[in-house]
Amino acid sequence: MTLLDHLPVAPIVIPALVAPVTMLVMRRRRIFSVILSLGGAVAMLAAACALFGLAQDDTIRSYALGAWAAPFGIVLVVDQLAATMLVLAAVLALVVLGHAVVTGADRKGWHFHPLFHFQLLGLNGAFLTGDLFNLFVFFEVLLIASYGLMLHGQGALRLKAGVAYVVVNIVGSALFLIALGLLYGLTSTLNMADLAVRITGLGPADQGLLRIAGLLLMTVFALKAAVVPIHLWMPRTYAATMPVVAALFAIMTKVGVYAMIRTVPLIFGAQAGAAAWVPAPYLLPAAMLGAMLGFVGVLVARGMREQAAYAVLASTGTLLMAVAIWREATLAAALYYLVQATLAGAALFLVADVTMRRRGQYADAIVPSARFAGQDATGLLYLIAAVAAVGLPPLAGFVGKLLILDASFAVPGWAAIWATILGSTLIGVIGFSRSGSTLFWKAAPPGTDAVAAPARSRADFIAPLTLLVLLAVLAVAAGWVTAQTRATARQVMAPDRYIAAVLGGAR
Amino acid sequence: MSLEFLVASAIAVLVAGGIYLALRGRTFQVVLGLTLLSYAVNLFLFAVGRLIVDRPPLYAKDVVEHADPLPQALVLTAIVITFGMTALTVILGLRSFLETGSDQVDGEPDPVREDAA
Repeated sequence: MTLLDHLPVAPIVIPALVAPVTMLVMRRRRIFSVILSLGGAVAMLAAACALFGLAQDDTIRSYALGAWAAPFGIVLVVDQLAATMLVLAAVLALVVLGHAVVTGADRKGWHFHPLFHFQLLGLNGAFLTGDLFNLFVFFEVLLIASYGLMLHGQGALRLKAGVAYVVVNIVGSALFLIALGLLYGLTSTLNMADLAVRITGLGPADQGLLRIAGLLLMTVFALKAAVVPIHLWMPRTYAATMPVVAALFAIMTKVGVYAMIRTVPLIFGAQAGAAAWVPAPYLLPAAMLGAMLGFVGVLVARGMREQAAYAVLASTGTLLMAVAIWREATLAAALYYLVQATLAGAALFLVADVTMRRRGQYADAIVPSARFAGQDATGLLYLIAAVAAVGLPPLAGFVGKLLILDASFAVPGWAAIWATILGSTLIGVIGFSRSGSTLFWKAAPPGTDAVAAPARSRADFIAPLTLLVLLAVLAVAAGWVTAQTRATARQVMAPDRYIAAVLGGAR
Repeated sequence: MSLEFLVASAIAVLVAGGIYLALRGRTFQVVLGLTLLSYAVNLFLFAVGRLIVDRPPLYAKDVVEHADPLPQALVLTAIVITFGMTALTVILGLRSFLETGSDQVDGEPDPVREDAA
C-alpha cells in the first residue's frame, strides 16, 4: 500500500490533528495557531482536490479503516458526490477562515480555531463515511463543534438562541438513534452498502417497521436541512450567531441534503419494498413551502443576518424540490444548485458582516442610516450577493435555477414546480431590492446620529469578493460543471456500483 | 409477563415522560426530559440486538446461541455522547439564566403566575 492509497482518510486526519495542536499553540502565540489553522485548511483543500481528481475516472473507491473488511469494519467511500462536497467544504472553509482572521473574529474567544477544525472534521467525515452509525458520530462531532462556534463571542441573545439550538439537535440525535436501532434490528448491519443488499430480503412482516425507520431517518436529515415544518430553529440561530460563523453554517444545512442524496437512492431505492423512495411524497410539498416561506422571510426580515438565514432556507427549499423528484437529470441540476447555493448563502452572511462593521450602532438592522464610510462599495457587494442568492443572471444562481426548471419539465406536476420557483424568485427579488434600497440608498431622517464606527481598511472585502468571483466562475464554467454533476448523478442513481465497490467479492 | 413486554413498556414510559418534560418551558425540566429520552433510546438500542439472557458475546466453546455484542458498543457510544451533551445543556441553561435572569427556554422573562402574585 502506498501513501496515495491512504488519501481518502486525509480530509479527516488533517483537521483531527490541526484542531488540538492549534488549541495548544494558541496559549503561547496567537500568530502560530493562525498560521497552523490556515495551513490546515489549505492542506485540506489540497487533499480534497486530489480526491476530486482521483474520482474523475468514474470508479468508486472504498477505504477500510484499520483494514477491517467491509461489512464488519467502517469504510470510507470516495465517489464523485463525496469528492465534490469535500472540495466545496474546503473552499468555503478556507475563505471563511481567512475572513475570520482578517476581521479578528477569531479573537473574540479562546477556541475559535480548534472548534472550526473540529467542525470541518465532522463535515468531512459525514461526506466520506459509508457506515450509518459512523454518520451519526460525525454528525455529533460537527454539531458539538457548531454549538461552540455558535456561542463564539457570547452575548445574551446568542445564549438564548443557543439553548434552543442545542435542545432541538439533541432531540434530533435521539430520533437518529431510534432510526438506526430499528434498521439494525431489522437487518443486523449498519454498513450502508450491506444495508442496501439486506433490505431487499426482508419479509412482509417487517415492511411496516422498515418504513418507519426510513421515515424517521429522513425526518432527522430534514431537521438538519431545515425543511419547512421543522425549520424554526434555523433562522433564529443563524441570525443570532456571528456572521462569519453563520457563513460556515451555510454548508451545514446542505449536509442534511447530502445525507438524503446519499442514503435514499442507495438504501431506500426502488428495491426497498415498502420503504421504496420513502420520503418522496412528503419532501416535494415541504420543499415548495420552504422555497416560498424562505423568500417571504427575505421580504419581511428585520436584519441582514436574518435575511441571509431566510435566503439559505429558500435555497434549501429550491434545492430539495429538484432532489425530491429522484431522477438523474433533476439530481444533476440539484447538485449544481447545491454548490452555488452554499457559496451564495455564505457570501450573503459575509456581506452582512462587512456592512455591520461599518454601520456602527445601526449594526445589521434594515433601517435607513446616516451615511457611513464605504457605503457604495458595500452596497455594490450586497447587490451582487443578492443577485447570486435570488438567481438572477449573470451569476450561477440563474444557471442553477434554469437547470432545475429545464430538468423538471419532463416530470408530471412540473407546472407546480415552475410556478413555485418563479413565484418565489419574484418575491425574493422584491425583498432584496426593498431592503437594499433601504440599507444603502435611503437617507436617514434629519437629526439622526452620525454613524459611530471607526474607519476600516478594505481588507475584509476580500473574502466576500472571492465567493462572488467563484460564483461568476461557476456560471462561466457551467458547461464543465454540469458535465461533472451529470456524471455524479449517474453514479448516485446506480447504487449497484456503490455496493460492488464497498462489498467487493463479499457479495 | 415476558421480559420483552417489561423492557418495551419501560421504554414507552421513559419516552412519554421525556417528551412531556422536554416540551416544558423551563430549562431544568427540559434537561430532565432530554435525559429520560436518551435513557429510553439507550435501552432501545440495547434491545435491538434481541434480549438474550445469560449467553456469552462473540464466542464460547460448545455454545450455539450468542448475545449480539454490537448494540452494546453502540449504546456505549451513545451514552458517552449524551453524557457530554447533557453537561453542555446544563451549563448553557445556567449561563443563559445568569445572563438573562430567566430560566425559560426561550429566554423570555418568567410569566407571573397568579398564585404567586
